[in-house]
Amino acid sequence: MVTTPRAKPDGHDITCRQAVALMTDYLDGALSEDDRALVEAHLGECEACTEHLRQIRVTVTVTGRVRDEDLNPRAREDLMNLYRRWQADREP
Amino acid sequence: MRGRLAIAIGTDDRREHSSSPGPGEGELLARLQAGDEEAFACLVDRHHAAMVRIARGYVRSQAVAEEVAQEGWLGLLRGLDRFEGRSSLRTWLFRIVVNRAISTGLHERQHLPVADSELGDDGGRFSQDGWWVTPPVHWADEAVDRMVAPEVAARVRRFVAELPPAQRQVVTLRDVEGLPSADVCDILGISEGNQRVLLHRARTRIRQHLEQEAVW
Ligand SMILES: [Zn+2]
Repeated sequence: MVTTPRAKPDGHDITCRQAVALMTDYLDGALSEDDRALVEAHLGECEACTEHLRQIRVTVTVTGRVRDEDLNPRAREDLMNLYRRWQADREP
Repeated sequence: MRGRLAIAIGTDDRREHSSSPGPGEGELLARLQAGDEEAFACLVDRHHAAMVRIARGYVRSQAVAEEVAQEGWLGLLRGLDRFEGRSSLRTWLFRIVVNRAISTGLHERQHLPVADSELGDDGGRFSQDGWWVTPPVHWADEAVDRMVAPEVAARVRRFVAELPPAQRQVVTLRDVEGLPSADVCDILGISEGNQRVLLHRARTRIRQHLEQEAVW
């Protein structure tokens, strides 16, 4: 997954671009042990990527709040009618 | 300390949110199988809007998407006695919708359209060497409180609606609906790898929009 970085300043085994590219896999727990360790080592040293990860987490939280959406009453009524027709056909 | 707080909100809170309050899925299913109309109404309130959104990714118009979602409900009712609970009811329902949407939209497009541009890497943020050109401005901790306001949710809903189709489908199922990765791959018929790339791209875009909300 991780390719050899072109440049690595002291202490960094992966670049910021690589760390950011792996973040979704990281949050999903989908990384190999090695890659996970690399990401965590990078995050331990890189404030910019740590902030980015925090922002992604906030993003996920906020997106999760989009769900509550009022159903248009007409659509709801249509579906309840559909249910009643099905129920009527079902019971002889 | 504040950093830890933001991280905790980012995971646990969402899970709680995605399993909406009220009767559990198992209970609703049992009641539905017993012919309880109220259980059906409850499921409709929970899932219909998401089903329409999912269908919309495959068909040409909102009206057709509504029809597909309706057919999804009919599919649920007809299959009720055969449902074995191997997947969650919601996953099953979404899969019916995708199958219906695909057969309905057959002459438009057959599969979830994943454009190459949706899988490409996002340039510009990093230097040739792979370091930040401009490190992210700090806003995560400060913004948490503001980000949960209802008007922000309305804007995020719009950001999601404006994403390219495949990204929109994946982020809707993963982050809006809170479904696990395996279920999403199953519903959309895409690989784990593609799913995560699309999710990554979608989150990155939404994050950019939120940054504009948070920083001025
Ligand atoms: Zn970094």
